[in-house]
Parts: sequence; structure tokens; C-alpha cells
Amino acid sequence: MSFNRRQFIVAGVSATAGATMGVLPSVAFAASDLSQEAISTFTGGVEPGEGKITLTAPEIAENGNTVPIEISVDSPMTDDDYVAEVMLLADGNPAPGLATLKFSPMSGSAQASTRIRLAKTQDVIAVAKMSDGSVFMTTKSVKVTIGGCGG
Amino acid sequence: MQIKSASRLVGRALLLPTLALSFSSVAFAGPDENQLIIEGETISTDTKAAAGNPLPHLYSGWRFRSIETQALQADDFENPAFTAVDTGEELWNTVDGSAGKSCSSCHNDAAESMAGVRAKMPSWSDSLGKPHTMETQINACREEQMGAEKWKWEAQDMLAMTAYVGLQSRGMPVALDLEKGEMQDWHDKGEDLYNTRVGQLNLSCANCHGGNFGKMIRADHLSQGQTNGFPVYRLKWGGLGSIHRRFKGCMDNIRATPYKRGSDEFIALEVYTANRGQGLSVETPSVRN
Amino acid sequence: MAKIKPRVKVPKTASAGDVITIKTLIKHKMESGQRKDKEGKVIPRKIINHFKVDFAGKTVFEAQIQPGTSANPFLSFSVKVQESGEFHFTWTDDDGSVYEAKKSIAVS
Repeated sequence: MSFNRRQFIVAGVSATAGATMGVLPSVAFAASDLSQEAISTFTGGVEPGEGKITLTAPEIAENGNTVPIEISVDSPMTDDDYVAEVMLLADGNPAPGLATLKFSPMSGSAQASTRIRLAKTQDVIAVAKMSDGSVFMTTKSVKVTIGGCGG
Repeated sequence: MQIKSASRLVGRALLLPTLALSFSSVAFAGPDENQLIIEGETISTDTKAAAGNPLPHLYSGWRFRSIETQALQADDFENPAFTAVDTGEELWNTVDGSAGKSCSSCHNDAAESMAGVRAKMPSWSDSLGKPHTMETQINACREEQMGAEKWKWEAQDMLAMTAYVGLQSRGMPVALDLEKGEMQDWHDKGEDLYNTRVGQLNLSCANCHGGNFGKMIRADHLSQGQTNGFPVYRLKWGGLGSIHRRFKGCMDNIRATPYKRGSDEFIALEVYTANRGQGLSVETPSVRN
Repeated sequence: MAKIKPRVKVPKTASAGDVITIKTLIKHKMESGQRKDKEGKVIPRKIINHFKVDFAGKTVFEAQIQPGTSANPFLSFSVKVQESGEFHFTWTDDDGSVYEAKKSIAVS
């Protein structure tokens, strides 16, 4: 992953903030401004924690137009304790929004698969909001290749 | 045997790369050993080439794709081409044109009447005086039997119909009849085109898909360019496309002026490439990158 | 062109308490609003923006879909079934069109 200057500064600041606040370093992932905005709107400012959420995506996508991804969140999925929503973002897309999935205790299991568009090699972000308001986040880097003759 | 030939390809593909590079390339070289099982039915994805075929062993393009792309074809629900198959089935039973007929008026159940058809295409037509492709055959039916307007080569309805009809031959070996009419001449014309360098990149089909399949051309894993899975759902297109669309795409990529879909040149090339895959299983509708 | 007909896969039967997997696929271009035509003009966005699954009067799964979702949107997800009933699937297009599908399951 390459950083531009501003992202690097943001990463540095949030890493420092994370360290002082005792938040795990993975949270200091340097999302783009657009993604940051979407994440904070989604979480309502709650700092995302690490773990619980698994994002499966190919390491290398043969074509960015259709990239299969799967998310699953570790949760008992009972009436009192379930995954409410999962937001999926493509950090490097001109418009990062992929989809927001809403689960319910009737889901039984908080897992879903879909297919997404990735404009270039980038990180896919998944943020899960639990019924108690806590938030978990993970990212996965996907390399997007271009055909042999540029086609 | 397959593994051995694959590693020979690797040897040739890598001249003096670093050790690290060679490892990453090895992971991509040659066709893989995965098995295509769709709805419990095993579809063979390689076969020994018939005598006279320039390729020693034939591999379906499926064997050169990533595991994620392969998975999309291994399940008829996951395969997005099946939305078109559904449409094709509907069209099969829909009356269209002045004769008040549908495909099923004459051909009844496609599962029976169309089984094996895709495997034989292109096939010689006396009335046409040249080979019929799936597309021209369907349009001949529409115009002559149904009194319906013909579909454009790449129309959604046409793709839906070629996918639906093609599916009825899935798993059957490609078997063109070159003895009929002037098929051999069309084949030979196609072979010439296949081996002729064109475009600013000065490449022929054979340059990539003949001696160099299995190697990486930049980030793309070169297949043998087989046509047994068409129409194909390409991830890049986000939809189905015909053999001629793929030919055109290749020609565009090598900065050549492409022939038109349905042109004699592309029909000849289709005859040659189809016959070059003689014995491979029909995979229509396949999924590729 | 034939009208948009969604594809839905639901197991025909299940035991009470089973967590089943449902798969859905709908034919749609999902025009992102990011592309330009030959004249350089932006092609207006036209996507399926919402998907909902109801069972026994309750929404069991829902998705807000954005332009980053691929053409012919595919979604697979889980549902815990306790009783027989009918799933009702609804896709909503940017142009206001609604595409629907229904599928029953027998739970014993």
C-alpha cells in the first residue's frame, strides 16, 4: 500500500492517538477522507475495535469489475446480542460505498457474500456495528490486475 | 504428464529471474490441476489433441483462471450467465413474428432437440453456401421459419438464446464436421488468419495462444484461446459476449483494425478455433476474467 | 428484452432452528454514475439501491446497495428458520421500479 503525504500524516496521528488511548494499532489504518467520513457517519463516532469480523477476498482479483467477497462476524445472534449492520467500503474507489448489510437475530449467523467493483489495487474495509452499539473493523488488501495488452 | 509439460513451460517462461520472482511465477504457470464439477457432473477440461492439431494437449480456459473465477462457473446459481439462460428459455417458448411460432413450436423441448448442437458449430449450410454459426442459424430460423426480425449479433436476446441453446450441449465434446461442403476451406482460411501477425503490436493469435499459453502476459494468464465455453460471462464485461466479441477485443488490444462481428473473416476464424478445440467439452455458458 | 427476473435459491425444506443459506442474483447493469460515454458526458447513475427480504411479516435481511456493487448484483446470506413460510424478496431500482420474487420453505 502506498501512502501519499496527507494519508501518511493521518496515519501517524491516529497511530499516536491510538497508542495513547490504548486502542489497537490496526485501527490506525489510514483510510481515505471519503471512507473516514462514511465510517464516522456509520459508527456515530464510536472507535472501532479489532477482531470479531472476518473479510474474505482474493489476494489478487483477475478483474476489478467483479470481485467476490465474503464477510462473517463472530456473534451469538440472539435477541440481546447480534450484529446489526455491516458496512463495506472500497477505500480506493472514486466513490467508496459498496453496500451496507442489515442483519437481525433471525439471520442466525452474521455472514454474507457479494461481488464488488474495485477501480484499482486497494484496501476493502468492513465495519460491523453490534446491537449494543460497539463497532469492529477490518481491512483486506486486494490487488487488481490489468489484462495482458491493457484490455 | 500434465504437470511435466506445465513445468517445461515454466522453464521456458523464466529466463533469469530472481528466486523470489520465479516462485511467484511458478504459482501461475501452466494450467492448474483443478477439476470442474458443475451440479455434481464432472466436465472434463482437458483432452489429448486429435492428430494434426498444432497443440499437443488441449486445456479449457477454465484451467487458467483464478480459483475465485473458477468457482463462479462451478455452480449454476453463482454463475451470473444463468440470468441470460433464464431469458433464453423464456424466449424459446415465446411466439414472435408473422408465422405465429416460437422456437419450441418446431423444436419442442430444447433439452432434447438442442443437445449436441453447440458442439458441432460452426456447421456447413448448403442454403447459405457457408458455415452457420449459432448466431446465423438462430437468425435463419427467426427470419425463414418464424417471420421474425433477426437479432443483432451481440443483442442481449441473441446472447440469451445462444447461452440457452449452448447449455443443452454442456459436457459434450466439440466435434466439427470439416468434411461437409467447403468447411475445410473455411478452416484453412481461419488458420491463415490465426497465424498472421497484425496490428501495431504485430501479433498473431498463435503468438499468444499457440506456443505461449500458460505464461503470464503482464498480469494475465494466457490460455489456449479455446472457444468451447462461449457465449462467455466475462467479469470484465459484466455480462455475456460472443466469440466474435472476444476476437474483436483481442484485435483491439493488439492495436489492429478488427473485423466486424459476423464477417467472413471472423466466421473462418471461429471455424478454425472451434476445430482447434476438437474434443474439449462444451462449457457454455462459461465464466472468465 | 424480457423483463428483469431475479434468481433466488432457497432450500425447499429445513428443520426448525436450522440456519439456511439463501442466494440471490438479479440481472442489472448497475450503471455507477462514474462512467463517461463516447462524447465524454457522464452516464447517469442507475443502480439497484435497496434489497430486502421479509419472512412472516418481519424483515430478516436488508441491504443498502451502492455503485461499488458489481453488475448483476449477487447476495448470499443466512436465515434461521423456525416455521414454514414464504420469503418475499424485493429489489428497488433508482428509477423507482421494484422487482420481486417469492420462495417458500417447508420447515419440520
